[in-house]
Amino acid sequence: MSNWPLLSITTFLPLVGVFFILLVRGEDAGAKDNMRRVALITTVFTFLVSLFIWGGFDPQNPGFQFEESSEWLGGNIGYRMGVDGISMLFVILTTFLMPFCILASWNSIQMRVKEYMIAFLVLETLMIGVFCALDLVMFYVFFEAGLIPMFLIIGVWGGKRRVYASYKFFLYTLLGSLLMLIALMAMYWDAGTTDIPTLMAHGFPAGMQTWLWLAFFASFAVKMPMWPVHTWLPDAHVEAPTAGSVILAAILLKMGGYGFLRFSLPMFPLASEAFAPLVFTLSVIAIVYTSLVALAQEDIKKLIAYSSVAHMGYVTMGIFTMTEQGVQGALFQMLSHGIVSGALFLCVGVIYDRMHTRDISAYGGLVNRMPFYAVAFLIFTMANVGLPGTSGFVGEFLTLMGAFQVNTWVALIATSGVILSATYALFLYKRVVFGALDKESLKSIMDLSLRERVIIVPMIILTILFGFYPAPILDATAASVTALVTNYQAAIEAANSTALLAH
Amino acid sequence: MYQAIVFLPLVGFLVAGLFGRSIGAKASEYITSGLLIVAALLSWVAFFSIGFGETPVVRETLLRWMTSGTFSVDWTIRVDTLTAVMLVVVNSVSALVHVYSIGYMHDDPHRPRFFAYLSLFTFAMLMLVTSDNLLQMFFGWEGVGLASYLLIGFWYKKPSANAAAMKAFVVNRVGDFGFILGILGVFYLFNSTDYDTIFANAQAFAAEEPRTVLTFLGAELSQDAALTVVCLLLFMGAMGKSAQFLLHTWLPDAMEGPTPVSALIHAATMVTAGVFMVARLSPIFELSHTAMTVVTLFGATTAFFAATVGLVQNDIKRVIAYSTCSQLGYMFVALGVGGYSIAIFHLFTHAFFKALLFLGAGSVIHAVSNEQDMRKMGGLRKHIPLTYWMMVIGTLALTGFPLTAGFFSKDAVIEAAYVGHNAFAQYAFWLTVAAAALTSFYSWRLAFMTFHGKPRASVDVMKHVHESPLVMTVPLMILAAGALLAGFVFKGVFIGDGYDAFWKGALFVSEENHVLHDIHEVPLWVKASPFVMMLGGFAVAWMFYIRSPEIPRQLAERHDGLYRFLLNKWYFDELYDVIFVRPAMWIGRQLWKKGDGVVIDGMGPDGVAARVQNVTTWVVRLQTGYLYHYAFAMLIGVAALITWSMFSVGGAH
Repeated sequence: MSNWPLLSITTFLPLVGVFFILLVRGEDAGAKDNMRRVALITTVFTFLVSLFIWGGFDPQNPGFQFEESSEWLGGNIGYRMGVDGISMLFVILTTFLMPFCILASWNSIQMRVKEYMIAFLVLETLMIGVFCALDLVMFYVFFEAGLIPMFLIIGVWGGKRRVYASYKFFLYTLLGSLLMLIALMAMYWDAGTTDIPTLMAHGFPAGMQTWLWLAFFASFAVKMPMWPVHTWLPDAHVEAPTAGSVILAAILLKMGGYGFLRFSLPMFPLASEAFAPLVFTLSVIAIVYTSLVALAQEDIKKLIAYSSVAHMGYVTMGIFTMTEQGVQGALFQMLSHGIVSGALFLCVGVIYDRMHTRDISAYGGLVNRMPFYAVAFLIFTMANVGLPGTSGFVGEFLTLMGAFQVNTWVALIATSGVILSATYALFLYKRVVFGALDKESLKSIMDLSLRERVIIVPMIILTILFGFYPAPILDATAASVTALVTNYQAAIEAANSTALLAH
Repeated sequence: MYQAIVFLPLVGFLVAGLFGRSIGAKASEYITSGLLIVAALLSWVAFFSIGFGETPVVRETLLRWMTSGTFSVDWTIRVDTLTAVMLVVVNSVSALVHVYSIGYMHDDPHRPRFFAYLSLFTFAMLMLVTSDNLLQMFFGWEGVGLASYLLIGFWYKKPSANAAAMKAFVVNRVGDFGFILGILGVFYLFNSTDYDTIFANAQAFAAEEPRTVLTFLGAELSQDAALTVVCLLLFMGAMGKSAQFLLHTWLPDAMEGPTPVSALIHAATMVTAGVFMVARLSPIFELSHTAMTVVTLFGATTAFFAATVGLVQNDIKRVIAYSTCSQLGYMFVALGVGGYSIAIFHLFTHAFFKALLFLGAGSVIHAVSNEQDMRKMGGLRKHIPLTYWMMVIGTLALTGFPLTAGFFSKDAVIEAAYVGHNAFAQYAFWLTVAAAALTSFYSWRLAFMTFHGKPRASVDVMKHVHESPLVMTVPLMILAAGALLAGFVFKGVFIGDGYDAFWKGALFVSEENHVLHDIHEVPLWVKASPFVMMLGGFAVAWMFYIRSPEIPRQLAERHDGLYRFLLNKWYFDELYDVIFVRPAMWIGRQLWKKGDGVVIDGMGPDGVAARVQNVTTWVVRLQTGYLYHYAFAMLIGVAALITWSMFSVGGAH
């Protein structure tokens, strides 16, 4: 097994599923079921294969592992794959969530099932590719191409305003992509290679770092999303089908954070240091601003979308503290948010499938008829609030710990998020779940079905497990994060000493 | 054994929570209560083996929790005398409340859920008191907050219960805001969150040459100031959990929960977590004179403020809730003047008599068909004599009648305030003495309005009045025994001659701190003042509610403004609504509609979209407007890059 190109297998396995789905003929119910089954088997199998990556991963090694490399496109651009402690768990998160997305779409998608499943499988390949790619051009291709299936998922299977939402999504990302493309060219021109490990050691000139950093920032900040370029997210979430929201919140948002860790910090350390105050400012504004906005929402999905923006504020803040706690906390927060926000959107999907509305005012008193649902929703709400004992706490606390060491103002304002998040999350819970069940339309609503329980229960287990025992994640990321922080500090010190010498 | 004490309630929670529906209500009740009784008995064993044995601390590491860089924290059980006292308080009251609830909740359809929550609460509280580091304390802290939230909102069909549950959680989170920052500050100063590391370094740290150790909000702080900031932040957490002045508003509303919950969580255990925290962290609080002064100030203010509000409330549970708030203030006064063991002593005795009062009130409510308004009670003495006598014992202990539990602990608090050295010690002394009179008045007012005089309930209700079953009255009697004896029996070891042998260093006092010694040398009038105040309060209550019941109404009419001010709890709820709640909602709405909608979208995507659409429709009709086409534009970009790189292969090198 050890000589197999595990990363490539994991990345491209979903395409095998696509091939089989294409073979299925017919439009009847049986054919649709077959397509669903193929998609489910493929994603489950991909997940199982990906577990070998985690199993074979050496947490002591800070560098890239499972490396694959072959000549491609004339030598300078290569086919290079590899994962380190920063990227490995995102691969697992992606493969883990995919089967649940397929399951969540089982009944709710009846139109164009074939295309839908293909879109999801292609999306999976592209997302895994983003986290495995060790070549700049490959990364860019995966990174940008991944948006196409997402546009389609929102634009074809979305809600009423789907065209507006996908249009907005596209416009936001377009500018960032173009700037990043130019930056890539400039980097290639300066370093003569697109190999990411080489670029990490390259050391770009200080003046150039600023521009490159800004170009990458334009792309990553939109993906995160950071305030004030976040307004595409609520619309995209509201219109996307449930599984689309899950992927959007759980994986696509993490690409921005991953990008900061993979490119901005190691390749442009001087610019990162210079721009850290900007990132802090935007992060704490995001935490307070979007939490307040979440408080005023009338649509369940929008509320959770805004809370995602607030949570990503902790991530960007943690990353740019450049402390081990901050960066590890940010990584943990991303992974935890992947599970928790994914689960929250699945929870919303459960009641949307029944009532076909996302208005908070259309609900109330669900606990009377849906006790299991109430428990599951409560656990994820508490994880979203960052209650210790759930995975939500660990990341939030570590990022705050990082922030406190760098700037107490940042830590103070960010910590106020714990009050605001409790307010909007419990306010939502109270309006949807608690109370008497008076609304006529809800009187016959059913509790979770077996299929839904199969989706929800693993998420509950992980949320609580990683709350009490986060060590598997923290250990896997520790060595790479330490190396990242050490290299970063070394680069800053080197620059300072040259500056001193110059005087 | 220690692991059993902590984890038996967790087992109960899991069994009742996961399988409550299948095993039924009876089984859930017996399993959770049985496990709690075992845990309570083991706690007493632990109490005697630690408190009266040789070993000062037992520590058992269970599991690694978080590690990141130099930060690392484990799940650990730490039992020293302070913990052992808390174990006894928590598990005894919890076991009695479990048993009592079998009777009290007997016709509620959701009993398995109720008992699961009670056990969950107990587990979280035990994790809090057995913590060996600040993070685990915070875990327990939030865990009890969650359980409190669930139990206040237990009757989820009542909108008022849901609102109260949410209010409790959010107000506590305001305190947690300070607590989290405090933990971060401690880690920043000591590079650890483990108690032993912090305590071992604290004194040396404070004694070092002054230098800037922390830059907090732009201010450069030396050791002393940094410790003060950290202590005050941590104290903010304590204020939230222990419902101290300014963050007290959630506690009275928490009475929406079932009465056994009020007894367990909102009187005997959870609300004392703040007191426990300050006592636990005595090695760092002791080093900050300023922080201690602030603790005294807030404690004394709360003790007085809550007592004034308690004077005029008509809901039987709310009177006791304000009384709890006030007594917690007493405990903080004791902490603030350096009498940590006095505070814990009062916490210990208070747990018995306040749980007794609440469960007694529950028995009354049970008897009068769930009525809580004392104006609709009266004359119940003959109908429920056992409950009456239990309530009288609780009242005597609370008001500090000689030789009852409250007499020893409460008087010690007042004397400690008198001998205290900080700037607010005298303020605290006079306010606690005044509060003692108010306490006596509202306690006897409660007893008289409920049990004496003519029945004011409807004939129908009076017909159904009945004494509670044994399963409810036996816990009352056990608590009554505690309320009578706990002070007398344990005074010597808590605050007397047995102090050193009992505490074995679990509480830290600096060398200048002689509070425990000084309280024996206060003038006679200081010693007598609480007693006189108690008699005064009793006499006035007797005048008002037995002898001439028309006086209170006349007084209220004559001093209408003052009466309304007190009845409306000094208008704190209204004030907070205007300052915080409404503005937050308003700002949220504005940011959403104006900030996101008009400014960001208007300048950004919508504006651009409008331009793009103009351009596309106006100039050429190349584009169909479909999204896919735009996506391809991006791919063309990629293709351009690849092409360019292939052509320039030679050039770059």
